[in-house]
Amino acid sequence: MPANPDAQIVLQADDLHKSFDSLKVLKGVSLTARKHDVISIIGSSGSGKSTLLRCLNLLEVPETGRIEVHGEALDLAHSQAGKPPKAFQQQIERTRSRLGMVFQSFNLWSHMTVLENVMLGPCKVLKRERDEVEAQARILLDRVGMLEKSHMYPDHLSGGQKQRVAIARALAMDPDVMLFDEPTSALDPELVNEVLLVIRELAEEGRTMIMVTHEMRFARDVSSQIVYLHQGHIAEQGPPEQLFNQPQSAHLQRFLSSQY
Amino acid sequence: MFELLIDYGPRLLDGAFMTLQLTFLSVLIAATLSLPLAIVRHSGNRIWRAPIRLYISFFRGTPLLAQLFLVYYGSGQFRPELQELGLWWFFRDPFYCALLTFSLNSAAYQIEILRGGLQAVPYGEVEAGIAIGLPRSLLYRKIILPHTYRIAFPALGNEIILMLKGGAIASVITVLDLMGHTRRVFSQTFDISVYFWAALLYLVITCAFVLVWRQGERYLTRHMRRSTHQSSPTPASVPTAEKKPTPAIAAEKMEQPTHAS
Repeated sequence: MPANPDAQIVLQADDLHKSFDSLKVLKGVSLTARKHDVISIIGSSGSGKSTLLRCLNLLEVPETGRIEVHGEALDLAHSQAGKPPKAFQQQIERTRSRLGMVFQSFNLWSHMTVLENVMLGPCKVLKRERDEVEAQARILLDRVGMLEKSHMYPDHLSGGQKQRVAIARALAMDPDVMLFDEPTSALDPELVNEVLLVIRELAEEGRTMIMVTHEMRFARDVSSQIVYLHQGHIAEQGPPEQLFNQPQSAHLQRFLSSQY
Repeated sequence: MFELLIDYGPRLLDGAFMTLQLTFLSVLIAATLSLPLAIVRHSGNRIWRAPIRLYISFFRGTPLLAQLFLVYYGSGQFRPELQELGLWWFFRDPFYCALLTFSLNSAAYQIEILRGGLQAVPYGEVEAGIAIGLPRSLLYRKIILPHTYRIAFPALGNEIILMLKGGAIASVITVLDLMGHTRRVFSQTFDISVYFWAALLYLVITCAFVLVWRQGERYLTRHMRRSTHQSSPTPASVPTAEKKPTPAIAAEKMEQPTHAS
């Protein structure tokens, strides 16, 4: 799916810097997601892919940089002095609610049923009507093939089932962008496909998505853009055919050959 | 032996009622105090944590009897000042003194129990709550505290039983609880069997409590049933059981029995 350069910008990150103690993980990364973009972030372990994704919805707060989601800008210089002030905190919460996050280890709330997991966000964060939320949650669970398990607790589901519920939970917030942090890395090989299938459907219906993944074939198939991170910088970026067929740098060539 | 029960049974029951009242109220007050203090102790800033730690080490590190004497006899030393403050009615009553001491003592233990629970909350689930945009108060109400109380529940039950039995020392400062009445009956009859009946009553109360508490525990761990042989809901095993690779593996193994049913 080719990217449309004229589409509306949904998420823009500028010059993100993030370090853990003395370790600099992101050294000035900028990323733009337009409507219907599917961006895959690839790179070897330690390149900062997951950190970048977690910075986008501020699970990690970058030291400097700027993040703009749907026209609302967050200037991260504010958060420098210890705890962010209240208004800023609320702005961060608002931004997060517009980005749907899917984790590597699912992180479903284990004390709630599948249905309750999907309903909590819309009910409590978006403060929507319960009946309406429940109806929508059932539709979403049906889409990911988990409707008949809606009354079950996460402990009784397989990894692939958990991840599909987690995707439904993120979708229930009707996010502007879906973020996937290695959604299939914690799954047994035979369960990977059921999750990839769901993600592929989302891509085909035009959801804006950013994902960190090790599934190179999949990334190549569904992405409109590939971002290759190397040592905290974006080393290469472009449509999948370009990156996979004509990698410019030696380390990307090495990385790609190690993946196939 | 049984004649004694006919003559003095009602007094023992009165005492048992007082014991229940004292325990229930102290535990309840301690539970209200301990939650906010445990949260501060767990994640507040350094300046607030220090006094809480001091409070906990004092109440856990000294005998309950000494604390009770300190409050009951100690307050007598300051009678004029307390009268001036209008607090003397409180400190001259042994029941209130026992209630205050037990509440503070139990709160100290409960803070530490809850802190253990807070530490063992699976962080991934907290992060999922943060990622969806839940504000802090809802994060606690919907995710952190349900886990905390599930993890802390058995230890809290234990603390309540200890409080119930430890409460017997209130009889030393003339509170007529079960132990207080028993001592009085013994001093009038010199019949040692009254202690046997008192012990039996304590046993009945604790057994009834354990049964009730177990139901509560069943309810709180309802989402873990069937997987109990993999991750038991004890504080020690929960954090390890929730670590990253385990859920997927555990879920795989669990799948067959789930489908079979």
